[in-house]
Amino acid sequence: MVVGAVGMAAVAVPFLKTWSPSARAKTAGAPVEANIGKLQPGQLIIVKWRGKPVWVVRRDEKALGTLEKVVDELRDVESDESLQPEYAKNWHRSRKKEFLIMEGICTHLGCSPTYRPEITSDFQGGFFCPCHGSKFDFAGRVYQGVPAPTNLTIPPHYFVSDDVILIGEDGVA
Amino acid sequence: MSEKQTGTGLLGWIDARFPLTKMYEEHLGKYYAPKNFNFWYFFGSLALLVLVLQIVTGIFLTMHYKPDGDLAFASVEYIMRDVDWGWLIRYLHSTGASAFFVVVYLHMFRALIYGSYQRPRELIWIFGMFIFLALMAEAFMGYLLPWGQMSYWGAQVIISLFGAIPIVGDELTLWIRGDFVISDATLNRFFALHVIAVPLVLLMLVVMHIIALHEVGSNNPDGVDIKKNKDENGIPLDGIPFHPYYTVKDIVGVVVFLILFSVVVFFMPEMGGYFLEYANFVPADQFKTPEHIAPVWYFTPFYAILRAVPDKLMGVIAMFAAIAVLFFMPWIDRGKVRSVRYRSGAFKLLLVMLVVSFIGLGYLGALPATETRTLFARLFSVGYFGFFVGLWWISKNENTKPVPERVQ
Repeated sequence: MVVGAVGMAAVAVPFLKTWSPSARAKTAGAPVEANIGKLQPGQLIIVKWRGKPVWVVRRDEKALGTLEKVVDELRDVESDESLQPEYAKNWHRSRKKEFLIMEGICTHLGCSPTYRPEITSDFQGGFFCPCHGSKFDFAGRVYQGVPAPTNLTIPPHYFVSDDVILIGEDGVA
Repeated sequence: MSEKQTGTGLLGWIDARFPLTKMYEEHLGKYYAPKNFNFWYFFGSLALLVLVLQIVTGIFLTMHYKPDGDLAFASVEYIMRDVDWGWLIRYLHSTGASAFFVVVYLHMFRALIYGSYQRPRELIWIFGMFIFLALMAEAFMGYLLPWGQMSYWGAQVIISLFGAIPIVGDELTLWIRGDFVISDATLNRFFALHVIAVPLVLLMLVVMHIIALHEVGSNNPDGVDIKKNKDENGIPLDGIPFHPYYTVKDIVGVVVFLILFSVVVFFMPEMGGYFLEYANFVPADQFKTPEHIAPVWYFTPFYAILRAVPDKLMGVIAMFAAIAVLFFMPWIDRGKVRSVRYRSGAFKLLLVMLVVSFIGLGYLGALPATETRTLFARLFSVGYFGFFVGLWWISKNENTKPVPERVQ
């Protein structure tokens, strides 16, 4: 019996392993470069990395200014529960204050939130997920009382030069 | 056994080698079903009819469909526009999916009101619940195949549910998808599961469901055990052979069903966005989430429960619990009386609560969430689970009416 069960389990492994991402899928997950030299203040561009949308946002002073104001309404201000490289675990959640590089995938159920740069009295601007109403500030930090459990994820990235970033690697800088 | 076993001719030749006559008699010719079946008893045979319809139309769709991230959406449009009668086959299949859930939900409700899950029919109920589960898996994976926006993002949301599982969640979702996002790999494996694996399981379960049913015999609207009163030949006094009596009766049900079904297929195949959602006529775009994601109507009650809970993991648990709790019906109901006809007013009240909650959740699950709606969704979720708690509570010492000796 036991030998049979072990044999069955051993045979099951190759079948189950076929479901893991293939070598090709992993290769497609290699780092990607993006040129951000022409990005205007307030502008958001989408870079495809591992099939996911990665946002690059050039935040102006006004947007950065809101980050202080919303602190009381956030769930994970210090990003302790959230995913980001060590160098992005700060109040602006990025290497350079101006540039936010973030995965555009809601931490709730994987929808892609929309960019809401307008600062109004109701909402200090940031990102809004249309699926289940989760709200995030200009640093992707999640508001309280919405379904998303954590802040949006920051992918590994570094500045190759002032105008070029590489998404998917931590680099040395 | 009967003298037929020594029959001559072709049938005799076959019977000596394969139990054809024996099987026919066991399941049709001499299967004695209670004589008082009503409207609610159409849905079992209708479910079988829809299953056959889905398999046949499904086979023909695979002859033109391409399970490829770059080709899938266009191949469905190709079926709709360029393949002769392709639109009909596809609408039969898409309408059949919804029809399947209509008849299955009614079939399950029948079991609830007449206590058909009670001893000795627990296994029939459990096999039935597995069929329901397989059906949901089948419907979910089938919905990804057209590769429209709703296919894509619906699958994204549902697969992400597994990400709520602590520790292994992220690895598990990666393994299910076979990529970092829903992609060609996901589509291809869902296709394989949808057309081969799950249908095989489904067919096997249906056979087990029917064998278990014919072993213990059918329940009836009075919940009376007809095997207690038999004539001198051992035939239940209140039983009639399934064929020809119920085959003929079921044909009436089939005719009415097919009329309604045809109305949908020919005049409203999208059913106002409930059977085929509008966002699914846009090709899948992994960078753009539709404004509002709603599952197809048959999943909305469970989806509403998911959204009603503010915590991600707890929401997922509540949603799965809503299905899991049904498996335990034979033990949650501690009553001895089967049919709602002879059960207490409290039971009837609970039943009304369940129906209102389930329909309420189904309605809310299709709409975008607002604060008021979330409040109602929570109320209905409590009502839904309240049915099971309440039933367990009241059924121990229930104030029932006397059950007649024979069917009325």
